[in-house]
Amino acid sequence: MSQKPAKLPRTDMPCQAPAKRITNFDEVALGYTDEMAAAEASRCLQCKKPLCRQGCPVEVRIPEFIAEVVKGDLCAAYDIIKTTNSLPAVCGRVCPQEKQCEGECILAKKGESVAIGRLERYVADKALCSNIVPGKVIPKSPEIKVACIGSGPASLTCGGYLAARGATVTMFEGLHEPGGVLVYGIPNFRLPKDVVCQELNNLKAQNVDIKTNWVGGTTVTVDSLFEEGYKAIFVGVGAGLPYFLDVPGENLIGVFSANEYLTRANLGRSYNFPDYDTPNYAGQSVTVFGAGNVAMDAARTAKRMGAETVNIVYRRSRAEMPARHEEIEHAFEEGVNLLELSAPIRFEGTEAGRLCSVKLHKMELGEPDESGRRSPRKVEGSEFDLPTDLAIIALGTRPNPLFIDATPALNLNKKGYIVVDQESGETSIPNVFAGGDIVTGAATVILAMGAGRKAATVIAERFLGEIK
Amino acid sequence: MPTKILEKEKLIPGKTSKLVLDAPHIAKTAKPGHFVMLRVHESGERFPLTIADTDAENGTITIVYLVMGKSTAMLEMLGVGDEILDVCGPLGKATHIVPNGQKVICVGGGTGVAAMHHIAKGHHKAGNYVIAVIGARSKEFLLFYDDLAKFCDEVLVATNDGSVGITGLVTDPLKDRLESDKDIAEVVAVGPVPMMEAVTKLTKEYSVPTVVSLNSLMVDGMGMCGACRVTVGGEMKFTCVEGPEFDGHLVDFEELKIRLSSFRGEEKVSMDKHQCKCGAH
Repeated sequence: MSQKPAKLPRTDMPCQAPAKRITNFDEVALGYTDEMAAAEASRCLQCKKPLCRQGCPVEVRIPEFIAEVVKGDLCAAYDIIKTTNSLPAVCGRVCPQEKQCEGECILAKKGESVAIGRLERYVADKALCSNIVPGKVIPKSPEIKVACIGSGPASLTCGGYLAARGATVTMFEGLHEPGGVLVYGIPNFRLPKDVVCQELNNLKAQNVDIKTNWVGGTTVTVDSLFEEGYKAIFVGVGAGLPYFLDVPGENLIGVFSANEYLTRANLGRSYNFPDYDTPNYAGQSVTVFGAGNVAMDAARTAKRMGAETVNIVYRRSRAEMPARHEEIEHAFEEGVNLLELSAPIRFEGTEAGRLCSVKLHKMELGEPDESGRRSPRKVEGSEFDLPTDLAIIALGTRPNPLFIDATPALNLNKKGYIVVDQESGETSIPNVFAGGDIVTGAATVILAMGAGRKAATVIAERFLGEIK
Repeated sequence: MPTKILEKEKLIPGKTSKLVLDAPHIAKTAKPGHFVMLRVHESGERFPLTIADTDAENGTITIVYLVMGKSTAMLEMLGVGDEILDVCGPLGKATHIVPNGQKVICVGGGTGVAAMHHIAKGHHKAGNYVIAVIGARSKEFLLFYDDLAKFCDEVLVATNDGSVGITGLVTDPLKDRLESDKDIAEVVAVGPVPMMEAVTKLTKEYSVPTVVSLNSLMVDGMGMCGACRVTVGGEMKFTCVEGPEFDGHLVDFEELKIRLSSFRGEEKVSMDKHQCKCGAH
């Protein structure tokens, strides 16, 4: 009696209205209702050879979990997702699905791929709020100690996988709150802190010891951990120093890296200043440089902090913007402007050293470069001034130097990132593994998780083989 | 992990205190020049303080602060047995100390004397000849004199009012010494920016290499945000991971002064609100 899926349109995600949401930091996308999820799940063609799964860095068994959603068995759906993805509530929200699973969906050719990310989020949220999360605590083997340095997505995945298989896991986080980029980087309106908190609580329930204020490379080192009897170390220390534009005036008051601006807002809760002590710079005319997810997060945070105008300056055009489609759309809905094909020449300031404007010039697109994107070039004589009192630079980051400087035995690549074995994630130091941005450079949450998982499977085989 | 206060000494009542903290995991690896990041309460701000002393055997570190804003005001409200919510470190690059018996002048002003003390001790332990030069407005504001006198080969003092030592600024005894003694291998200066700037101007005339320890604004303090960027020799440097010590002759002090004022308005709002709550106003 199987019925061919009806030709339903892709189910829209209900969202807070733009005028309302720019006055708060609550989540923008509200999540599917049961009816919406059922309707969307029914659109899946249940392909025999699911291309969507190949498009997923951790190969979530997508058609299988969607089939369970159709049946209404969310417990089963959640279990299927969790076999390969340890943080589905996070991934459903922040993965660039259009470049991964949804980009490969057979329906994508007609521009109407199944909303896999939204369904994943739906299943995970239902599971987390109805406590269908398996509560079984695995007994730990005290002699199999594993250290995770950093507590972002890579370490959370690695630590979670190993704890669930009996390893004694300790996580060392330098900041005062665990979660890494999920906490200091991604704003609450895109990834609520509660979601991260629940994932952390799941780890704590597995007796993972999370030590905050412990800095990898200084408070603990590879040598000190091995001396303390740790069998393996996973290094997921993430992003480091931000890139700046390298134009004059960049150190004026009012010019910030996106890392600083977002860390003040997200980790420091500067949007609640002065109830919270961390201040942030209240700009009226804000200019954001860059067009990735971090740039969108910064622009939308500035809007919520009360900016009158927010302009994104990008040297290419809208079509080349690397951010998730949804983030770009949400930013535009919220009144963020795009100044495409523009690039900065210099910042100008007042006598007191405060930013007051930026000089830009126009660009035009030439031939495609190695990345396949048309490379921008300067249009002579096209200079113009843009008044601005807050500039946020979101051009990506360099490797974090703290751990690397303290561990000279690590092999690094030309850009300074840690070199790992592609199959195992192991570094040039035996039993020291690494993954996430410290290996790949700034990338996605899901890629970091994939790396954490890969290392964890090797560590489990090597040290838990007998116990399993 | 909260960190317990084992000792508290009020150096200048209501203004400056010295705290000895129970932090064996930090004391184990902390070296002169390192700093820690602190947060005093749940909605508090992270801020850096240079480590003034360490005792690896007893597992303690010493910090000294000047009450300047809400965070330090709240720190000052804590006493022996209380805990500081977050203390993280050691951070930054340790002082570069060459152990060759050379003569080093360590200059300290204000609470900078405390951080300088740790550096001077490092030079002393390395076998260098250490001349400390310290200054304050007047005798009651002079910090760490006794501690420095214990191990420094010489301690030179300047006060604005002449209540102890030479009448004048730290640059006065420093100038006299540079004039009369051509064996000074290095000068280290820690203190308020105008003091460090004045010291570097002077030592430049005598071509004596000079290291300064900068007190830039920081958010994470571990090489992530770039708030602490300074210009050194025309290049952008990050105080938290590439400093806090730099070649004083290359530092753009004017820019540093401007950047330190980034949040002055907000700092005042925070402090006023705090004082209002505490009934101080």
